[in-house]
Amino acid sequence: MLIMLKNITIGQYIPGNTFIHRLDPRVKIILSIIFIISLFIITKFSGYIFILLFLLLSVFVSKIPLSYIFKGLKPILVILILTVGLNVFFTPGGTYLASIGPLKITSNGVRLALFMGLRLIFLIVGTSLLTLTTSPIALTDGIENLLTPFKSIGLPAHELAMMMTIALRFIPTLLEETDKIMKAQMARGADFESGNLVKRAKNLIPLLVPLFISAFRRADELAVAMEARCYRGGFNRTKLKQLKVSNRDYIAILFTAILVGIIIWNRFWPW
Amino acid sequence: MSIQVENISFVYNEGTPFESVALKDVSFTIDDNEFVGIIGHTGSGKSTLIQHLNGLLKPTSGRIIVNGIDITTKKDLKDIRKEVGIVFQYPEHQLFEETIYKDIAFGPSNLGLSDDEIEKRVYDAMRIVGLDIKIKDMSPFELSGGERRRVAIAGVLSMMPKILILDEPTAGLDPKGRDEILHQIKQIHQMYNMTTILVSHSMEDIAKLVNKIIVMHEGKVSLIGAPKEVFKHVEELEKIGLGVPQITYLVRELRKNGIDLPDDVLTVDEAKKYILEYLRGVDNA
Ligand SMILES: Nc1ncnc2c1ncn2[C@@H]1O[C@H](COP(=O)(O)OP(=O)(O)OP(=O)(O)O)[C@@H](O)[C@H]1O
Ligand SMILES: [Mg+2]
Repeated sequence: MLIMLKNITIGQYIPGNTFIHRLDPRVKIILSIIFIISLFIITKFSGYIFILLFLLLSVFVSKIPLSYIFKGLKPILVILILTVGLNVFFTPGGTYLASIGPLKITSNGVRLALFMGLRLIFLIVGTSLLTLTTSPIALTDGIENLLTPFKSIGLPAHELAMMMTIALRFIPTLLEETDKIMKAQMARGADFESGNLVKRAKNLIPLLVPLFISAFRRADELAVAMEARCYRGGFNRTKLKQLKVSNRDYIAILFTAILVGIIIWNRFWPW
Repeated sequence: MSIQVENISFVYNEGTPFESVALKDVSFTIDDNEFVGIIGHTGSGKSTLIQHLNGLLKPTSGRIIVNGIDITTKKDLKDIRKEVGIVFQYPEHQLFEETIYKDIAFGPSNLGLSDDEIEKRVYDAMRIVGLDIKIKDMSPFELSGGERRRVAIAGVLSMMPKILILDEPTAGLDPKGRDEILHQIKQIHQMYNMTTILVSHSMEDIAKLVNKIIVMHEGKVSLIGAPKEVFKHVEELEKIGLGVPQITYLVRELRKNGIDLPDDVLTVDEAKKYILEYLRGVDNA
């Protein structure tokens, strides 16, 4: 479990000063959404070539180590295996290849499984690239800004963004705290690694109770500290860092537009 | 029980952009029944070091031998954790049970002891840390911070480890609470012959209690030896932001002014004795 905590890279930010890091967060968010949509437009393997090129280029420019990107895939390995497995065995049609017990493997199954597996991988890599290169503050700033137009229909954009900022801010703190309490209880002979499911769940109590208490204490302290500094929501609040769309962003938009163009065109290719 | 630490290094988040070296080539020996102080500035690696001593952290390189067993290669560390008890920094944050009794009993019941034995150990531990047995059925969360700290320390004591490690047990306590806890730790060391390791960044606390000091600086051991020896390196200690007890400074100034006192005075009482002796000597002359 201690090992598992170490591998959580989703939502983590790696500071940097590259082209990708410096893009306007709003642009980055929208381009990421467009990237995800384009993933679902693709119907052929050939389309993935362009996605792969686009991702490789982005990773290269962002200077995020490739090993880091792969590590981010580890937590979804179970989902990945499940997706591939289900598709391999339960897709009818195509030529018969082999069978394991009552389950038949067909060429269509293998094709679809690979297709879905790749889609999932690209999806995770694409979105983790967004969070790896955007600081949580910039990210929520961008989201708040994008949601502002919906304020008139009663959407509390600022409050939502603030909640996200705080949640993101406390993820590393809580992980650290978990690690610390776990070690303290292990030093008292607690066992988090063996036993059946019920026993394991019960063994978590010495971890969860202190964790919740400390989370509530932190929340309480934070609320008091914010109030002491006269925080009263987004009302009349100005920003230290104004978001601005620059030439850099237009270049990124252009690249993404080319990608989307090729992918739509790809639908009409014969292979 | 003895501990040998041989050339251990430790890196947090190895192989990620957040890599940070916390220990560099640390070596020392702690003999049976010693009372050792580990001292160092914030971030010098004290907490990281002690977590190695019962296998909670594994060194990136080097090895640790506890009572003749190499714990760096050992898989099952239950036995080691039984023998090496660690009271963590701010241990009151680890309390979780509904009653004080149950919380202190958590460790011993994990050891699989009989109910009678557990009860005896819980009461003993409560008595040692100065908690009234009458409050055993109260919730630990109704107590003050200092009392909670005592419950947490009792929770480790009740396991009766052979080696007791305390990570800044006095952090955040008032002077009275601090002195009481330090006094109790000293008593525990004497009564149970536990090898004791006390982590602190206050020289004053440590000087009076321990028979060996390990000074940590930026992940390395910078000085090691008996308090009297270590405190002779005033300049070195000041350079790494530690300093020596106030009384050592006073004696040093007096010596500079030609007053003949020993150069290894650690406590106010000692200093008083020597100064009076000196004054009497002057009177007689
Ligand atoms: N969980 C962790 N992840 C990454 N780095 C850590 C972690 N814990 C400690 N460190 C780093 O290791 C170094 C040593 O930390 P450690 O907690 O051992 O210091 P310390 O001497 O106990 O300090 P203090 O007196 O503040 O308790 C520090 O630079 C710290 O930033
Ligand atoms: Mg520490």
